[in-house]
Amino acid sequence: MSSAFPRSEVEDFLYREARLLDNWQLEEWAALFTEDGSYLVPSTDAPDGDPSTTLFLIYDDRHRLDQRAKRLLQKGAHAEYPHSRTRHLVSNVIVEPISELEARVECNFVVYRSKGEIKDVYPGHSIYHLLKQGGDFRIQSKRAVLDLDTLRPQGKVSIIL
Amino acid sequence: MSKETRWDSMIHEDRQQGIFKVNRRVFVDPDILAAERTAIFETCWIYTAHESEVPSPGSFVARSVAGKPLLLSRDRSGTLHVFYNSCKHRGALVCRDNSGRARNFTCPYHGWVYGDDGKLVHQPIAESYAPDCNAEGELNLERVPHFAIHAGFIFVNFSADPISLVDYLADAAEYLDHVHVQGADGMEVIGGTQTYSAYANWKLLQENSVDGYHAESTHATYLSYIKDREGDVRNNYGRVFGRVRDLGNGHAVSESVNGTPWGRPSARWMPSWGEDVKHHIDAIYAEMTERLGEERATFLCHGDRNMLIFPNLIINDVAGLTIRTVYPKAPGYFEVSAWALGAKGEDPVIRDLRLRNYVEFLGPGGLATPDDQEMLELCQRGYAAMPGPSWNDLSRGISLEEKNASKMDELQLRVFWRRWHDLVRAEAGRSVS
Repeated sequence: MSSAFPRSEVEDFLYREARLLDNWQLEEWAALFTEDGSYLVPSTDAPDGDPSTTLFLIYDDRHRLDQRAKRLLQKGAHAEYPHSRTRHLVSNVIVEPISELEARVECNFVVYRSKGEIKDVYPGHSIYHLLKQGGDFRIQSKRAVLDLDTLRPQGKVSIIL
Repeated sequence: MSKETRWDSMIHEDRQQGIFKVNRRVFVDPDILAAERTAIFETCWIYTAHESEVPSPGSFVARSVAGKPLLLSRDRSGTLHVFYNSCKHRGALVCRDNSGRARNFTCPYHGWVYGDDGKLVHQPIAESYAPDCNAEGELNLERVPHFAIHAGFIFVNFSADPISLVDYLADAAEYLDHVHVQGADGMEVIGGTQTYSAYANWKLLQENSVDGYHAESTHATYLSYIKDREGDVRNNYGRVFGRVRDLGNGHAVSESVNGTPWGRPSARWMPSWGEDVKHHIDAIYAEMTERLGEERATFLCHGDRNMLIFPNLIINDVAGLTIRTVYPKAPGYFEVSAWALGAKGEDPVIRDLRLRNYVEFLGPGGLATPDDQEMLELCQRGYAAMPGPSWNDLSRGISLEEKNASKMDELQLRVFWRRWHDLVRAEAGRSVS
């Protein structure tokens, strides 16, 4: 059953996702999601919360994550103009197949962000639900949990984690 | 030049000429921040928590308020206490969790134990102390000088003899009522706190939070996102849009009915929410109409209100309903905590919609707030140009402010600044005398 999600392939997929983000190919990033895909970032004091009953930082369905990506590429997305420079590092990948076509994937991440005088570090871990569709992986959900007690001094999550 | 003279010149107002200017030093001067700590944060009523966060006997909340560690505890008899979270022995925090339930608070350093009513109930090896060492209760947890509650909002005051909370709130009290009545059984803070920050002066966030004028430029991408999704949306941004009220004592509200392009979970439906959601929204409107009358229900459900409660509280009743506090850590760095409010016992469909809608615009991961933060940081960077350009202009709409203040004007900012100036100037007078 695990053959549909060999760890090396999942890792390659996560690395490609990280490269898209660091290259600001954000619409290509959004296209990795399924039609019902979601992108979630819980509040720092509620890492295990449910977004329908707990205030999150980001609670995007597919439409909103598409728009988030599109908006960030515009000059009017002021917090990211000029674009910050980011570097996403992904490691400690654990794959738990759920079925032939679905797997739960955990990984650790560190995202470095530099913009002008600002240098921010976002440490955390992500939980993905990946689907196998037409030979490719697609993200049904990505929950990026920041390992921070407060979002300070980073102050905002204007990039995609 | 004495401080008094210097600070008298921080605001320049000439109503006949239609001029209102704020000196940019107020955003960068450490002496001003020191004066604010005394004249504002030690003097005004400061929002601390919402009653729903300490709902029942045994509940507690520990948080920093105006830089001071506080502990709110509802004791087993149901009485609410507000203490300094500091052991009377050597000062360590006696509570290290942000919230929860406790019957006692044990200092981790030497093991002194306090009851949920703050009374010292145990000292290890007590025989080494005089038998009546706490006869007057001087070793009990120390209470803040004053706390008071209005419409579920708990405020503290650190000064000796303040005016009452309701007098302090003045006409803002009515606006807190407008929040409280939106739930038939009252309102509650929903779990999850947005904690964030920016490299800017705290007063810039207060200005920004009630400023209607910036929306079309700062948030152009957000507005086009809404338009793209909703098609022909309500958008009345123009010279005269909504109104602003001076609520007294530095408080102000910027408000409008049906003028903004977003939906309100409680309760103004938008097409993209779908027909399935519409009857949930209609039910809220019907319940409020039944309970409060049609006029008030329309005002509450179809209107938006951005409230500035002096000095550092914002209640935005817009796409989401948020309680937000801001504190200065340095002249050029502030910290924010923001919570979402919802009606107690509300329909899960509405609760989910409320949270989705809140974070679409609001908060450090929203599609709008990060751009506000960026604007404030750009302003703060711009102030390094002093002694080049040294004055901010807040004159917009000044000639009309008595009778026709629009959301697009800057009366709400001037209300804040006039109060700020009165308090800081008085403090400067004290510190030089």
